[in-house]
Amino acid sequence: MNYTIPTVDWSLVLPFALVALTGIVALIIETAHPKRDNGLIIGVSLTGLAATFVLLLTQLVLPPARTFGNMVLRDQFSVLLQLICVAATAVCFMFSDGYLREKKIAFGEFYPLTLWALSGAMVMVSTDNLLMLFVGLEILSIALYCLAGMSRSEARSEESALKYFLLGAFASAFLLYGIAFLFGASGSMSLPDIQKAVTGLTRDTLPMPVFGVMLVLVGLGFKASLVPFHQWTPDVYQGAPTNVTAFMAAVSKVAAFGALARVLVAAAPLHQYWFEALYWIAIATMCIGNLVALVQKDVKRALGYSSIAHAGYLLVALLAYTRDPDKVSLGTTVFYLIGYAAMTVGAFAVVSLAAKGDRDGSRYQDLHGLYRRAPFATVMLVLFLSSLIGIPPTVGFFGKQLIFLDALRTGLVPLAIVLAVNSAVSAYYYLQIMVAAFVSEEGAARPVSRKPGAGMTIGVCVCAAGVIFASLLGGYVQETTRTAALQAKPVPGRVQNQMEVINR
Amino acid sequence: MQNEFIPLLLLMLVAAVICTAMVTLSWVLGPKKNTPYKASPYECGVQPAGNANERFPIKFYLVAILFVMFDIEVVFLWSWLTVFNSPLTGLDFKIFSFMEVLVYLSTWIVGYAYVVRVGAIDWDETTSLHPEKLGQTAQEAN
Repeated sequence: MNYTIPTVDWSLVLPFALVALTGIVALIIETAHPKRDNGLIIGVSLTGLAATFVLLLTQLVLPPARTFGNMVLRDQFSVLLQLICVAATAVCFMFSDGYLREKKIAFGEFYPLTLWALSGAMVMVSTDNLLMLFVGLEILSIALYCLAGMSRSEARSEESALKYFLLGAFASAFLLYGIAFLFGASGSMSLPDIQKAVTGLTRDTLPMPVFGVMLVLVGLGFKASLVPFHQWTPDVYQGAPTNVTAFMAAVSKVAAFGALARVLVAAAPLHQYWFEALYWIAIATMCIGNLVALVQKDVKRALGYSSIAHAGYLLVALLAYTRDPDKVSLGTTVFYLIGYAAMTVGAFAVVSLAAKGDRDGSRYQDLHGLYRRAPFATVMLVLFLSSLIGIPPTVGFFGKQLIFLDALRTGLVPLAIVLAVNSAVSAYYYLQIMVAAFVSEEGAARPVSRKPGAGMTIGVCVCAAGVIFASLLGGYVQETTRTAALQAKPVPGRVQNQMEVINR
Repeated sequence: MQNEFIPLLLLMLVAAVICTAMVTLSWVLGPKKNTPYKASPYECGVQPAGNANERFPIKFYLVAILFVMFDIEVVFLWSWLTVFNSPLTGLDFKIFSFMEVLVYLSTWIVGYAYVVRVGAIDWDETTSLHPEKLGQTAQEAN
């Protein structure tokens, strides 16, 4: 047997190994003294995340590298997305403390599971191998199924876990089926190899890779909650504990779009077969997300639909990039994900204040009187919602502006117009949430909302800093991802040819 | 290439026709005499007793889940062991893979320790549950 042990660059896997290890340490603490050392668990988890964050920052300047037989890839794109995931999780942990105590959810299970889910998301964005991508997706998803059902006294939480599990398993099957087809067509699981193999196929050999790409897009579209595959989103976002929803909305979406970007780049030679489908999916995602959100009576549900709409905006950015990678940078997507993570996690953090006892108050009237009890958090909620609308000084505005300009630059004018109209429509329900927080609590269904703890204040401040100052990073992100994009550049010649298909 | 699949398609067609015929014909031709006894759920031929929506212990479920997980662990160990035991395997690989398996096993051991610690496979609830939570059972025991 002539097996040589591959030389492994451990620094590439160290970030997610560190996160997984932190989860194991947190579980060991829980095992030693069940339900005693809650503070210690939080401390260890946050320390682990901080260490990972610093480690990733040092890796940001390193050149792209691969290891484990090309299974793990580190480039600027993956490091940036991992940074977003780690930061979003850290903020979730900061505000979870009070919420978990209020709802009597076990600390020893929440923190390790969230950390493992995070490690799955990090694996998902730092690979261009489909098998590794699938493993990452499953690590992320299985932990999330458990987390969604964490609030065991609420039937709604259980229901959301079951729904998420069933639909998620279904989507995973789609993804796996697609991967099998792509493997059959190209003889490889690695996306660059697949890209090479599907370039210049004939009429007879085309159906298999096209079918494979479509199935993979269905699987990832489910995770990213694009419209025909979005039905689980509002139910799960509403039913899951609010801190889990925040994690899901930010981390799971970042991971899904990271994977989607790599798959779309690899599938660029088949551009003409999927571009128009995704074009209409983007329009449907933006419109349905925002229009259905208008009639919601539940804040978490409305924010769930808002996250669907934002997935639509992100898809526009990706489509513009795959259409013309020379004119448009992948940095737009990354930049929007930074802003999206900050404002969504922040908004959910403030909404989590409305939980009382073992019930999750999340209807609009449950927010009444929030301003009196938590003035600082409410003002911050206004900031996050303004950013979600896209009001100028916030990151939400600059992100949308970049996507808008990218769409115009690549000739996707209809998408740009739909995006602008949707931003205006969305203002209505975001303003409704704001108003609900400022109404006095007389006449409220039940007087609610805890006083925010220190963790909540810090977490909300971090998000606010992200919303206000992330705009300064815009240029840097664009520049950094430009070097990363070299790793995964669509084949320009073929993409140009597909232009007339769309413009006809 | 297409021709290879025609027998398969034919087989699927025949299977569909036969299945549909069997179900439809027995539905159309069969006598329909409905009695209350017939309409009741089948419980091994015995008259059904009690409500189906009742609480039941999930210990079996937890044990089954844990069994499946450790079963999978053994599957991985077995394939590793086959290579490890082979006289063709070099010492380098033996040391390397042994370390890898140790890391892999340690995650299982931590998980198992947690499961035992929180009493997930504790058969006798009276030792792990708070007396108040046992409620009815505790009073009956007294």
